[in-house]
Amino acid sequence: MDVKEGDVLNYDIVVVGGGPAGSTAARFAAKEGADVLVLEKRQEIGSPVRCAEGVSLSWLEELEIDNIDSSTSRTMKGAILYSPAGNKLKITERLAGDEVGVVLERDRFDKDMARLAVKEGADFMVKTSAVGLIKEDGVVKGVEARYLGKKFEVRADLVIGADGFESQVGRWAGIYDSLKPKDIMTCFQYRLTGVNMDPDFTHFYMGSSAPGGYVWAFPKDENTANVGLGLQFSRLKGEKTPKDYLDEFIENHDDYKDGEAVDMVAGAVAVTHPPEKAIAPGIILVGDASRVVDSMTGGGIVNSLKQGKIAGEFAAEAVREGKFDEEFLQKYEKRWRDELENKLWRNYMAKETAMQLDDITFDKIIDALSNIELETVTIGAILEGVKKKYPELVEEFQNMI
Amino acid sequence: MKPEVNGERCMRCGACVGTCPVNTIFLKEFTLEINDDCTECGMCVKVCPIDALYMGGD
Repeated sequence: MDVKEGDVLNYDIVVVGGGPAGSTAARFAAKEGADVLVLEKRQEIGSPVRCAEGVSLSWLEELEIDNIDSSTSRTMKGAILYSPAGNKLKITERLAGDEVGVVLERDRFDKDMARLAVKEGADFMVKTSAVGLIKEDGVVKGVEARYLGKKFEVRADLVIGADGFESQVGRWAGIYDSLKPKDIMTCFQYRLTGVNMDPDFTHFYMGSSAPGGYVWAFPKDENTANVGLGLQFSRLKGEKTPKDYLDEFIENHDDYKDGEAVDMVAGAVAVTHPPEKAIAPGIILVGDASRVVDSMTGGGIVNSLKQGKIAGEFAAEAVREGKFDEEFLQKYEKRWRDELENKLWRNYMAKETAMQLDDITFDKIIDALSNIELETVTIGAILEGVKKKYPELVEEFQNMI
Repeated sequence: MKPEVNGERCMRCGACVGTCPVNTIFLKEFTLEINDDCTECGMCVKVCPIDALYMGGD
């Protein structure tokens, strides 16, 4: 699509952001008959990748996706957790059930999600930024946008903000407060090739290598992995950056120290409680923009996809009814919260406690778990396992069992 | 003075944009823009994963 300076495009719905949440919202809205345009500020959907790329596969059917073979980099057999002293806990496929996952080609994945949306009739524009809301008599009527230096308008009754951690739509709408330092994870990652970890498992390293967070290694092939970390913003003292922490970790781990970086990724994630609001008149938020990242893992793809579907179906309904006021949009709030909010809160509370654990405690937890036969890998089962050997450690988590 | 950006380090990842409590940092095509309503709180400097922001001197 080309536009000229001053053009006015008319749609039912404009989606700001062409990541998994935006594309999925667009897909389901278009499927239900709405006219949808997705604006992606970058010149390529899915690139540059800002993701560790590990994801479970329990959601394909719900999202009406046959398979994601074309965007799968490597299928995992399980996960290995490491305590600071090097105690290991292997969580195998049998235990993890359908929580076992894959490591994605995320750039390909995002394009696949866009492709599914286009198949349903959604339009896309890349290298196109939303620069402000259009309001008439206080009512949102779309967004002002820029494409290749040209300013134009997208008129729409509903704006879906799917613009990520740095969401402008959410801020324009005054929907949420700024994040607390303890709820921001700052992240850095290399794709290292020439590494020697077990390539069939995802690897998680707990403790002070990444204060308040963890180091991950997600294999892309036999000798290549995304090796990165997220650490709690409030633990940064200003002397060491996340990059410094990661360089130090790699230097001290034989599996990784001979690897060469073919890629590097920076970013931040909000590991916060669900927002009080994900709506404003004429506006709904979805994905990272509505802060649905899982606080325990820092993963956001699955929640974004699930919420994206709910948002898209709701948006089409709003278009059919011609209702975009806050009262009607409450339906969206209720639907996505019914699906996601309990787990988001539970994992947020779990994170609040887990972030306080010191290296010795992580050593004890992994030690206790590696000596028993876990039946499942829910938080409850893990706590029950730890309780058998170190009951005093579990007291704080007691209410979660 | 508001923070300054080292363009050779900046990866335009958006960590500072989402962290800024007054929403005054914007990702531009090749750099970051920090507007004058910056309160000089320093959170962007601290959150930057790669040390690309620093507090400017007089």
